[in-house]
Amino acid sequence: MNMQGTSRTTDTFARQFTESEAALPGASLDWLRRYRRENLDRFRELGVPTPRQESWKYTNLRMLEKLDFVFDPRVEQMPAIDKAPSLLPMNEGCHRLVFVNGRFHPALSTLEALPEGAFLETFATALERHPELIQSQLARIDANANSAFSALNGALATDGVILHLKPGVSLAEPIEIVQLSGMRAGTCYHPRNLFLLERGSQATVIEHHRGLGDALSLSNSTAVISLEEGALLRHYKLQSDGTNAYHLSSVDCEVGRDASYDSFALSVGAQLSRSEVSVNLSGEGGKCHVNGAYLMRNRQHCDNTTVINHLVPHTSCREMFKGVIDDKARAVFQGRIVVHPDAQKTNGHQLSRVLLLSDEAEIDQKPELEIHADDVLCSHGATAGDLDHDALFYLRSRGIPEAQARSMLIEAFLAEAINAIAAEGLCPALMTSIAHWLADA
Amino acid sequence: MLEIRDLHAVVDGKAILNGLNLTIAAGEVHAIMGPNGSGKSTLSYVLTGREGYEVTGGEILYQGRDLLEMGPEERAGEGVFLAFQYPVEIPGVATSTFLKEALNAQHKYRNEEELDALQFVKLMREKTKQLGIADELLKRPVNVGFSGGEKKRNEALQMAVLNPRLAILDEPDSGLDIDALKTVAEGVNLLRGPENAFLIITHYQRLLNYIVPDKVHVLTGGRIVRSGGKELALELEEKGYAEYLGAAA
Repeated sequence: MNMQGTSRTTDTFARQFTESEAALPGASLDWLRRYRRENLDRFRELGVPTPRQESWKYTNLRMLEKLDFVFDPRVEQMPAIDKAPSLLPMNEGCHRLVFVNGRFHPALSTLEALPEGAFLETFATALERHPELIQSQLARIDANANSAFSALNGALATDGVILHLKPGVSLAEPIEIVQLSGMRAGTCYHPRNLFLLERGSQATVIEHHRGLGDALSLSNSTAVISLEEGALLRHYKLQSDGTNAYHLSSVDCEVGRDASYDSFALSVGAQLSRSEVSVNLSGEGGKCHVNGAYLMRNRQHCDNTTVINHLVPHTSCREMFKGVIDDKARAVFQGRIVVHPDAQKTNGHQLSRVLLLSDEAEIDQKPELEIHADDVLCSHGATAGDLDHDALFYLRSRGIPEAQARSMLIEAFLAEAINAIAAEGLCPALMTSIAHWLADA
Repeated sequence: MLEIRDLHAVVDGKAILNGLNLTIAAGEVHAIMGPNGSGKSTLSYVLTGREGYEVTGGEILYQGRDLLEMGPEERAGEGVFLAFQYPVEIPGVATSTFLKEALNAQHKYRNEEELDALQFVKLMREKTKQLGIADELLKRPVNVGFSGGEKKRNEALQMAVLNPRLAILDEPDSGLDIDALKTVAEGVNLLRGPENAFLIITHYQRLLNYIVPDKVHVLTGGRIVRSGGKELALELEEKGYAEYLGAAA
């Protein structure tokens, strides 16, 4: 069924696939060729989403139709870059994987020695070395891949990060993934990350998406995460892509017994961004924090869509999103918490708070609780408002100029979400990004 | 220092101040007393430039300059300070950060050198000690979860640190126990000198036992209907405002 009718964007991506299929990593693997073709077929069937689909009601992608995208995964086409920005103080032992236009850039990256039982590789390398691991992980997501962009990612994924930790293995230092774009007009890339943390293992992954220029780009990333019993993943992200970037990302996380997924994403960049986070709490004692913050201005558009599935008893989730919207920018928050019939003693809380700094700024919030069990503790709240005028006057009456007073209140508003991050050195870097955003006004 | 001439002000379309005249010289402490709704708080907000308090007539000269031309932060930079009747809570901003930003913003405004972290800590230690305020209060977000007394103490501390030329205290005694009242009075008395002036707005005479005013004014119906010395406060305490209410109506 083609819901979309003909679409130039859909046709462009399909053509890109046909032209580049043979050049994709692992092209000689039969199962992978089948997998990619199936995904392409599914993408064509689903088409680029339109607001007629409930989950895309507030985010319209029709502008993509007018844009020209090129897909050129060849490594030799990478622009020269001397130094990649980092969000972390350069600790010894920090693992950094830098990607330029979606392709791994070894010279900019640092891969320190890993403990036994830890595997950290790029998608392309892992396909050469352990295709069976990739195959088993990819098979897992077939079942729920009803998203057009996940399917497109399945067809065109070229590079990304594979992290596999054996039982009990913990990484002391964080892994920083840097995605640089915005240097060559029309570049599109489809990062595929797989994080598999076996029983009791722990890691921190920090993603930094950064526009080094304002050239048109499209990033369509998919992360598939499995946290087995007692595992802990801290997954943080800063999206500061360029002003002509289109940033689509989807995270699909399975949280097992007593495992914990702790995530936070700060979005300040891109013309349009959509972040989908889907968490299945499938083991008792499983927990997740799905937090985020965003600052939008001009005509930027930022969509955070989350689905938390409580599948078994005694699981918990906390969601907190904080947004600041100025000018004619627009943001969307869709948060769905589903408590399945067996999931008694679920603890689920969601909060979305927005500051609207201009009369033309817009927020569409859609919190949804869908509860099929009777012994649960769930809540949600969504608020939108202006800066507190009383507080603003109080600060000004003490001599603080209005612009500075506004910045102080905005930073304080966001700090609550940012201070919840448990990664040393990252909070100051995020607060700096916010300060830069505020100073650009 | 401050000269208010025939001041008229409107809030939400309602006339609150109706031809108020008041002159305060440097070195003086003035108390304004009056019943609820007489325009006491409106006067304090007009003096500090709060939005929504519209001046429809008259003028205010502060150190010879037109005060109404200035934004709230400029007035603060020029030395005007308001101790709020209801201090505002600001979640996420530590009291010390707030005070440091405020002090340095005022220094910057006056082209004075800004304080570095160490100088600021020293100053805070000195002022909290003088006023008997626990340092712990500085770490907490501004006024969040503060008791009524703590909020008023925090206003007194801000006044001590910012060292204003003209301090307006809007009902600094409301809802205070005697200890907090003494802290507030101590804040005024520490600052009191030939260069400073105070305008204290209050319902009750009690505070004036600790801060002895040079002049006392009765405000009703948006204008000052009587002025006198400190003995006027005692008379008001005894007789109430009944006779003035009749006059204003």
